[in-house]
Amino acid sequence: MNEKSTGLGYIYGIFIVLAFWQVASALVNLPIIPSPGVVLENLISVFVPKIAIHGLYSLGRIVAGVFLAVLIGIPLGLCMGYFARWDRALSPVVYLTYPIPKIALLPVIMLLFGLGEMAKVLMIFLIIVFQVIVAVRDGVKSIPKETYYPLYSLGAGVADIFREILIPASLPKFLTSLRVAMATAISVLFFTETFGTQYGMGYFIMDAWMRVNYLEMYSGIVVLSIIGLILFSTIDYIEKKTCYW
Amino acid sequence: MIKINNLSVTYQSLEDCYAALDNINLELEAGETCAIIGPSGCGKSTLLKVLAGIITNFDGTVEINDQPIRPSKQRIGFIPQNYGLLPWKNVDENIRLGAKIKGLSSASGTEDIALLLEELGLKGLERRYPGELSGGQQQRVALARAFLLKPDLLLMDEPFSALDAMTREEIQDVFLAVWREHAVSTILVTHHVEEAVYLGRKIVILSVSPGTVSTIIDNPLFGVEDVRNHEDFFQLCRQLRKKIKEDWSK
Repeated sequence: MNEKSTGLGYIYGIFIVLAFWQVASALVNLPIIPSPGVVLENLISVFVPKIAIHGLYSLGRIVAGVFLAVLIGIPLGLCMGYFARWDRALSPVVYLTYPIPKIALLPVIMLLFGLGEMAKVLMIFLIIVFQVIVAVRDGVKSIPKETYYPLYSLGAGVADIFREILIPASLPKFLTSLRVAMATAISVLFFTETFGTQYGMGYFIMDAWMRVNYLEMYSGIVVLSIIGLILFSTIDYIEKKTCYW
Repeated sequence: MIKINNLSVTYQSLEDCYAALDNINLELEAGETCAIIGPSGCGKSTLLKVLAGIITNFDGTVEINDQPIRPSKQRIGFIPQNYGLLPWKNVDENIRLGAKIKGLSSASGTEDIALLLEELGLKGLERRYPGELSGGQQQRVALARAFLLKPDLLLMDEPFSALDAMTREEIQDVFLAVWREHAVSTILVTHHVEEAVYLGRKIVILSVSPGTVSTIIDNPLFGVEDVRNHEDFFQLCRQLRKKIKEDWSK
């Protein structure tokens, strides 16, 4: 898809969502589902004074969590994929801990790391890092052996192998795993932001709900979904720039 | 000069071990080509991997210019069956990869690259990725990468077998032309008798597992102009086929 049709696709998607929303609000005809027009009007008037700061907080937490997950997940996944011994030692640990619903660990993490930023970033990290490890590891394992031979016969060292083969070969799998994990990460972020903070989209939306201000609540939901859109399209963009082959 | 003395390789699987190569002896002068023919599973690829320094667990000695095989010390070019190009690098980057790993400055090879691109008919394709090339073009890129390095030894595993007959003959000619310019010691593995006769100064027939050298032939027709249309060429191919059939049915 070229740039133009991608842009058209987004507009088309937004239109479909708005249409469904409009129909639902007309059918229900209650304040709990206001029409999109009213919400967008409200959003424009409250975005800069009220919502922007919460959006930045949420975005910052996600970026920090993803950054941590990349920092730890990619090297670990590469090593587990390339060195059989690392895989044998670490895979059981990953398999045991991966299926644990990370949200169940929230109370523990909050007790250990407090109610502040650290706990929230750690939750996102925990959700994304496993997907990254497993995807990168499998990406490395799926490289055909013959790919290495010309480099081995050139006397390539481990650093050469990582730079020339492992990292580029596992990049597409890594980006896919990030995409899969991102949606879960945003939902869990929402949940963590309802505790112990006065900033973040989770706080803003729940707070609006408590105040029975449905217009602001919906404005918050729209902003959250735009944050998601920005994150996904950023991943798409990175993929297009780095995995052109 | 390549010297192989009493080379044996055994593979260790879970239950037992079996011999892939048994007592191989072979000598190759510097700047010679040698074609190895053998049935599937005779250990041809194993022999190449030993020479490429990929398999290091073997008995006997293998020497390049009186030095044991050490990929980090010598220059060994290895072209696997699938050409071994990295899909995420374009033609230019793929060709430079060998020199890059050997730590040669990228500026020094620029003239050589231009010459090789010319010789191999790759001009104008420098920015393409392997996925955008035909099989024949990929093979040419692999050859360019190997020749750029001016290797002490060039190894090719069934290099032309995936190509259609016309492309194969064309690339064989290209290979010979470039090889003449650079005079690189070359060992190639093949199951095409014609290819062995056309490209091998020496022809080595391996027998079935465990792989042993059954015959070494000094090919009198190597490098003869337009040899593929000579009566002698067909004659030699026929003789070889007969010999191979007897050999492999033993």
